Amino acid sequence: MASGSPRPQTPAAELDRQLAEVRQEIERLRRLSRDQGLALDAEIARLEERAAALTTAIYTDPSPWHIVQLARHPQRPRLHDYVTALFTDVIELHGDRRFRDDPAMFAGLARLDGEPLVVVGHNKGKDTKENIARNFGMPYPEGYRKALRAMKLAEKFRLPVVAFVDTPGAFPGDAAEERGQAEAIARNIEEMTRLRTPVVVVITGEGGSGGALAVAVGDAVLMLQYAVYTVISPEGCAAILWHDATRAAEAAEALRLTAADLLRLGVVDEVLPEPFGGAHRDPDAVIPAVRRALHAHLQDLRTHPAEELLERRYAKYRGIGRILEASVNGEPGGSRQLRP
Amino acid sequence: MLNWLRRPKYGTLQRREMPAGIWAKCPRCTTLVYRKELDRNLRVCPKCGYHHRLSAEERLAITLDEDSFVEFDSELTSTDPLAFAGYAEKLQEARAKTGRAEAVLWGEGLIEGRRTVAGALDFFFMGGSMGSAVGEMVTRAAEHARAHALPLILFAASGGARMQEGVLSLMQLAKTSAAIGRLHDAGLGYISVMCDPTTGGVTASFAFLGDILLAEPGALIGFAGRRVIEQTIRKKLPEDFQTAEFCLQKGLIDLVVSRAEMRPTLAALLDYLGAPRVAVPARTAADRAAAGEDAAPEAAADPATERAPEADETGLTERA
Repeated sequence: MASGSPRPQTPAAELDRQLAEVRQEIERLRRLSRDQGLALDAEIARLEERAAALTTAIYTDPSPWHIVQLARHPQRPRLHDYVTALFTDVIELHGDRRFRDDPAMFAGLARLDGEPLVVVGHNKGKDTKENIARNFGMPYPEGYRKALRAMKLAEKFRLPVVAFVDTPGAFPGDAAEERGQAEAIARNIEEMTRLRTPVVVVITGEGGSGGALAVAVGDAVLMLQYAVYTVISPEGCAAILWHDATRAAEAAEALRLTAADLLRLGVVDEVLPEPFGGAHRDPDAVIPAVRRALHAHLQDLRTHPAEELLERRYAKYRGIGRILEASVNGEPGGSRQLRP
Repeated sequence: MLNWLRRPKYGTLQRREMPAGIWAKCPRCTTLVYRKELDRNLRVCPKCGYHHRLSAEERLAITLDEDSFVEFDSELTSTDPLAFAGYAEKLQEARAKTGRAEAVLWGEGLIEGRRTVAGALDFFFMGGSMGSAVGEMVTRAAEHARAHALPLILFAASGGARMQEGVLSLMQLAKTSAAIGRLHDAGLGYISVMCDPTTGGVTASFAFLGDILLAEPGALIGFAGRRVIEQTIRKKLPEDFQTAEFCLQKGLIDLVVSRAEMRPTLAALLDYLGAPRVAVPARTAADRAAAGEDAAPEAAADPATERAPEADETGLTERA
């Protein structure tokens, strides 16, 4: 489902680049004005207006398509940033014990405020070199199997699981297919629905379809304000439905993939606010919100026995969807919303 | 409940992928086959063995014992929860085309006298795609099997999750997998049969979670689409990539089973996986009645039958 090739410079990044240019130009003119006593106030004021307009365009009420660009922003905080900032005593665990260690997936032991837990998550890079090494955060089956191994470890030692989601999707390659990409994802999803320990999921960037869901079934699913979560990429959706990938903005709108939409649909439990304009503008600012939310949810989930967690988790996923039943047990049914 | 099983077996079934007429052309070997002969051969080309795609109804008709099947939830359908452009019209078209409310059909019946829950996805209904309704019915099938201590057989034929319901469709992967997980926990058997084609989100959920994974010959089975993979790895994939035979060779499935062998294979597997045997296999009972013999009493004390107090003499339950 994922588009495999690295994406070109995104529109959001392009707007950001323009804004940076305008700011540079303002700085340059100010220097000129100061150093050489030139009267450039009108020119500077014009540029400042331009900068303000760009900022507004970028950050105020971004369109779903713009949010997709924010979710994919190259400077957006990555798993590594969260793990480093949130946890202590981190010990990374490698390999699926079957084939190899998949660098697109992270697994490890860590402490949050001293409390031990297991961390898994998609491991996107920050630059091209890192991204090539980590396959742009698109795991092979062995990545999912590594995550599952770590989660079973968590279950065994009664450690909660924190999962970070940020992937364009599972890697669509021939070797991934041959090694059972579908089975690996299906197995993870099934096991996560009945993992006998608390699971908290944080969707931090791109939640790309099955490849995201394979580490995203949990008791609490949190989502950053400008993350997206979708059954198919907007480009893929537009290509299939309208045979025109350039209509991705329309598809992004139609797919209801923003955090606000998903909160309404009952797919995520809480939306974590980002700094004005997106997490990449101030990566440190998003950390306290994630920390507070993780702490609160884990605190609460720890108080419930495993049986109860599983019942609640089952009921939650059981209830997602919208169906119509012409008759329910002989009574006229009409529209039935599975989850209020 | 539907009574389609009481109709003549194939004569009245709607043919959807071939033009009407006495002759049918095989899409693989292009041989012209007398349609009745093709039907008698379970829509398998007598020349090259090509397995024509079947609707969900046709699939269950050739798999379950005659008159043994009771369909559940035939009226359940998806809505258009996201108000997705064109979805309502597509649903209408699919309903008109298939005469079904949704892309799945499930219920309870017998396979050579073994009681089982059975369901099939209908590729002719929006590519067998899984939205809320399909996810709900697959989940209900698994829950019904668990509640009645029955095995589950699901025939998949699907392009994957239904885009038009967005992430709600994606969540059906979690919902169906959770229900299958409970079936596994209950120690009940689940056989998944992958038919042409089974791809995307359906493979990444219930279709690959069977205790036993079967596939029809030549079926396309895979997570990502061929074109996407070719674009990603920048090379041409072999002709047989993602076929049932390829999956078998890669160790991804248990068996490739021809359509003619499917019923006996399922029956034998159900015996291993502990399907309750009904007192009298329906077909045999009818045969005996026709021959003026007594209905066989031999399995009347079968503990499996006794364990299902709601079973009537055909071994079928009324809808809960």
